[in-house]
Amino acid sequence: MAATAHNAKVMNRFELTKRLVAQLKRDEAVIGGIGNANFDLWVSGQRPQNFYMLGSMGLTIPIAFGVALAQPDRHVVALEGDGSLLMQLGCLSTIAMQAPKNLTVVVWDNGMYQITGGQPTASQATTDLVGVARACGLSNSAWAADEDEFDTLVANALRGGPTFIAARIDDKPGVGTTDRDPVQIRERFMKGLGVRK
Amino acid sequence: MLSVPGGQWLALPTSKIFTRSKAFRMTETTPAPWHEIVRERLKANEVKLVPYVPDRVFTPLIKALHADDYFTTVPCTREEEAIGIVAGAWMGGLHAAVLMQTSGFGTIPNALASLVLPSQIPALIFVSERGTLGEFNLGQAMVCRTMRPVLESLGIEHHTITRHDELAFIVDRSIKQAIATQAPVTFILSPLLTGGKVFAA
Repeated sequence: MAATAHNAKVMNRFELTKRLVAQLKRDEAVIGGIGNANFDLWVSGQRPQNFYMLGSMGLTIPIAFGVALAQPDRHVVALEGDGSLLMQLGCLSTIAMQAPKNLTVVVWDNGMYQITGGQPTASQATTDLVGVARACGLSNSAWAADEDEFDTLVANALRGGPTFIAARIDDKPGVGTTDRDPVQIRERFMKGLGVRK
Repeated sequence: MLSVPGGQWLALPTSKIFTRSKAFRMTETTPAPWHEIVRERLKANEVKLVPYVPDRVFTPLIKALHADDYFTTVPCTREEEAIGIVAGAWMGGLHAAVLMQTSGFGTIPNALASLVLPSQIPALIFVSERGTLGEFNLGQAMVCRTMRPVLESLGIEHHTITRHDELAFIVDRSIKQAIATQAPVTFILSPLLTGGKVFAA
């Protein structure tokens, strides 16, 4: 039986990020959302197929979807926070309608706008983001009950999607910070995707 | 045939409607409608992906893009979502244009200023101009006043297209410039070109 938000284990974003990256064996692209999703992705190892957002809160999933459309043979993973997703919930409907097989969305849900001072998000009390994703039409949506199930959900997602995975996480801040040179980040990403030589 | 540059219009075969009466028979060709020119220039520049938020005036263009297998069309829930898709697609090697109306442009300055411009993404932005030349909705008229000041303040190249005979040239050259210089461009399609939306009393 799949976990619900209520009984999913509270895990750690950096630990889960490392677990996810460890499963990427085929140069999968990863889009890191602004703030801590990005920071933990950065410290997990700066793969050339990683893109680190510096602004445009809420656009992690649309950017990932754009990459997925451009490169249908490459799997793309979006790492997004609960606050950012709540800002752009409509993108879940768009993705569900288009149903890209090569897209996985991972949401780190700590129930707060952590980077701005820990103000509560709607997911802390009332909004179940997996329920939202399912209702938008992403039938393959689940809470990760614990670390092992997170690994299994990611492994299944990389075989074909679209998939929506949510993980409850603690209030630990990101373990580092990204460089903040957007042209360098974008150029390195394009080389990592084989678009640039 | 389309000649760019040179100002010759994209031409389609004479429509049968003109053959019913000798008085209206056209001996040469009928200029293609504006939306056919846009579609053709997108294709000529290998712009294959078009995320959009619907607009009444753009409806014939949107229908034509949906009907053409060359294009992947993605209806979006919000304009900045479409901007995000364009950015991701370009980084993945796929050129994309986004369609919206004036009020939609009012929702994307943050995406332009914090993603498109700093990352040097050649986003091709087509705006159906509302809020002028017969606008009946004050909300549209007010948001229209914000569009060009925002574009100016961000230093984004923009063209207001009013003339049918300049459309192909402006679109074609500006797409090429955007890609070559890795900078966004905005095409504001005036009611003078498209006919706009008029108040139905």
